[in-house]
Amino acid sequence: MLLQTHEFCSVPSFDHDYGMEDYGKGVARWCPGCGGHSILTTVQRVCKDMQYEPEKTVVVSGIGCSGRFPHYMGTYGFHGLHGRAFPVASGVKFRRPDLNVFVVTGDGDCCSIGAGHWVHAIRYNMKMVALLFDNGIYGLTKKQTSPTSPLDTHSNTHPKGSILPPINPLQTTLGLANVSFVAQTVDWNSAHLYATIRKAAEHPGLAFVRIVQRCPAFMRDLYGDIAVNPKNLILLSHENGIDLKPKARKAFGRVIEHDPSNIHKAREHAEINNGIPIGLLYQNTDNVRYDEYGAHNLGMGVEEKKQNLESLLDQYTTR
Amino acid sequence: MDHIASNDILKEGDPIKTRKIKQVIVEIVSDSGEGAQKCGQSFGAISAKMGNGVWTVEIIPAEIQPPARSREGASGIRVRIGSDKVTNMGNHADLVIALNEQVLYGRISQDAYNENTLMFIENKWAKSEHETIRQQYSEALLKFKELGIQVVEIPMEEECLKLIPDPRKGKNMWILGLLCYMYDRDIPKAEDQIRTIFKKKTDAVIELNIRLLQAGYDWAKDNLAYRYEVTPMDVNDDMVVMNGNEALSMGIMASGIELCSMYPITPATSVSHHLAEYFEKVGGIVHQAEDEIAAIGFAIGASFAGKPAVTVTSGPGLALKTEFIGLAVMAEIPLVIIDVQRGGPSTGLPTKVEQSDLLAAIYGEAGDAPKIVLAAATIEECFQFVVLARKLAESLRTPVILLSDANLATGVQPFPRPKIDPSWLTNPFDQSPWKDGVWPFEWDENTGISKRPIPGQKGGMYTVTGLAHGQTGKVAYDPDINQASVESRSRKFAAFQKSLKPPKINGGPEGDILLVGWGSTLGAIEEAVADARAKGLKVSSLHLRFLFPMVPGLVEIFKRFKKVITVEINYSDTPGHPMITQENRRYAQLAWLLRAQTLMDIDSFSNVYGQPLNPEKVLKMIKRELKIKNTNASV
Repeated sequence: MLLQTHEFCSVPSFDHDYGMEDYGKGVARWCPGCGGHSILTTVQRVCKDMQYEPEKTVVVSGIGCSGRFPHYMGTYGFHGLHGRAFPVASGVKFRRPDLNVFVVTGDGDCCSIGAGHWVHAIRYNMKMVALLFDNGIYGLTKKQTSPTSPLDTHSNTHPKGSILPPINPLQTTLGLANVSFVAQTVDWNSAHLYATIRKAAEHPGLAFVRIVQRCPAFMRDLYGDIAVNPKNLILLSHENGIDLKPKARKAFGRVIEHDPSNIHKAREHAEINNGIPIGLLYQNTDNVRYDEYGAHNLGMGVEEKKQNLESLLDQYTTR
Repeated sequence: MDHIASNDILKEGDPIKTRKIKQVIVEIVSDSGEGAQKCGQSFGAISAKMGNGVWTVEIIPAEIQPPARSREGASGIRVRIGSDKVTNMGNHADLVIALNEQVLYGRISQDAYNENTLMFIENKWAKSEHETIRQQYSEALLKFKELGIQVVEIPMEEECLKLIPDPRKGKNMWILGLLCYMYDRDIPKAEDQIRTIFKKKTDAVIELNIRLLQAGYDWAKDNLAYRYEVTPMDVNDDMVVMNGNEALSMGIMASGIELCSMYPITPATSVSHHLAEYFEKVGGIVHQAEDEIAAIGFAIGASFAGKPAVTVTSGPGLALKTEFIGLAVMAEIPLVIIDVQRGGPSTGLPTKVEQSDLLAAIYGEAGDAPKIVLAAATIEECFQFVVLARKLAESLRTPVILLSDANLATGVQPFPRPKIDPSWLTNPFDQSPWKDGVWPFEWDENTGISKRPIPGQKGGMYTVTGLAHGQTGKVAYDPDINQASVESRSRKFAAFQKSLKPPKINGGPEGDILLVGWGSTLGAIEEAVADARAKGLKVSSLHLRFLFPMVPGLVEIFKRFKKVITVEINYSDTPGHPMITQENRRYAQLAWLLRAQTLMDIDSFSNVYGQPLNPEKVLKMIKRELKIKNTNASV
């Protein structure tokens, strides 16, 4: 009946040389100066350099400024519900090992309304790249406190300053069962941003990348000082870490050697509070992958299905 | 029913009285964990295999192990078998076998028994070392006898102790043996049944249970002065026997769906248990999600990627899924959503039947979110409607909600073995290039139907969005586009409705009363109508399968009856209360829909006792409506 061999074909075919234009669509409507623009270009570059077939690539997002991302990609896209990008992306990948899946989610999306899914997506460890666009504020709804807003953030919901300490997405992710890849980068360092997303795309499992992002409209000051003062960025460096050219390393004031196989050190670095650690905090390529379970019995033919169904019905047949 | 009224245990030399009966209702009631359901299900399965009509209803307490000997903790089963097809649980039980006397109180308050009921009670409590228990036992027996119930004390424990040290496990098979004798069941079939239900156990366990079966049979033969024959039907077709949730699971597998994404919820979960055991052998897989929302999101993701998917839930889960259902409507993603309804609102009655999710299924989402809603009325339809739902979901590019309920979920009924069509099993996994210049939502002007691109199709790249969008799939900023796209998504259902046929009427085409039902109440309503018509009453019924959109021709049918009444298991105000007026009266859910749709004064009869509807209640209502005096309660 239907041939389904293509479902197993994970070797990319290079009969087409895809260029940047193959991964773009429309004009991004984010504010000028928004970190979204550079992340978009970087993801498109990674897709091009990986020569992902646009039709075999799916970008799934939630709701918020980051949610618009798939609309600007020349791939398949799924702009779904607030907080629910992970379940949709997991469903896409579960029976389609041939698809390259990206998840784009914001700090409200991932760390607040969709926090439950975040926990479980990490545990499922399905091969996909998850990008957390973390600008520490709700932008599209116009400046409400986000779960990652620093303490005492003045917003429309907390005009006198926010009351609770923020969630640290790195710390949280590194505490989850079956975590396999956690990295952090910033939207304004294109070399590091590219190298990080590229590394994430090559990871055999769920690659969680927190991108520290500027919001020129509502969170101008949050990372402003850090952006102008390179000393505040701490580069986590290692031969198994994010591959960065020596020239690009100069943008960082401080460098710490960190072996990404060491989860305890990774957790320590995640808690650094006198600067922003940038790089690969943790990677383990041996973890259980739920997408491999999902794909284990793909491709059964109609005849075989029917035969097995009939013998199952036999068990219920009275005469 | 006509059991031989008797307390008598066979005396030496007595002749055994055998009587042919058309049907019988048997209950087995116990504390949780004593295997009453296994016993009853086996009795039902053996009877189905012999060619009898069967309907079973499980009596399930709300807890896994409620305190022993508690009135509310009754766990058990009702099995109705007949010479003809059996479509509902019937009225009062003919025989109840109780492992303790306390659990019977609950059933009595549910009107399960009457003066014709024969009650077999475990007699070990009479000799209990606790005075309270001895006292409770004798009080209960006295009370039951006062109610006119014929009580027979049976030494079940004593007899089982001859074979096993702890009869708590095993007594059920002894009782099965007793039933097999009493209703002349086929012993080799019963032994086969034991081998099936204990297939994961050792041979020694199977052997022991067969010995218990034989012991129960022999005891009954030596001690009971009566025996019954329920003549089986002459069936030529292959029949299958399963419960509604198993039928849903089989339907899922036969429909070509290859992913069931679910979160555990009573009474829907056993669908996924069944699937978890068999689905992978037929190319499918079960995903247990982290919550109800993720379960449907995951299914939507898979379906978007060309893999037919279903999510199975019950009322509280349906409530959580509404936002995603709205997205599936908006983004036109095919999906089957099965709701095995239970009592609500909120946590409600998790193990009991209700039909209260109808309006939520049709109107539950924010915004205008039309989708197909249909309801299975029989176990067979639990199977067939999944196949239908998947087909409709894909051809109309829409979510479809299939309603079942707790009564169908655990009810067992034989039905003709489905003939699996290989075309059901093909999937829509089209990977050929997308036709150049065709939009992802190219709505047909007349039908509103469009073809969807599936990831992997070259040239089809589009972005699904829950935002308002036009044919191009791009976010719409123009108000005209929204008006046009909402219209197109609605048009599909108008086009589909035009393809439906008017419903069949059960009974005459005109008369005094037309009963309109939906879902699991079919059998009870039709039995009541048959009884009423046998008495010369001009009563008919019709049963809706499609709740949205509805079948055509309803107004024409309704006009031919003096009164139209919906019969449902959900809440409606009973007229007559001083607070209830014509203006504020809340009708049952289908009645609301029909009143709106037909502009006719449609009445409703409904209640929320958490019990399946029985024919007697419907018949009483018919008589009340026709102002006929009730003379005999058990007509």
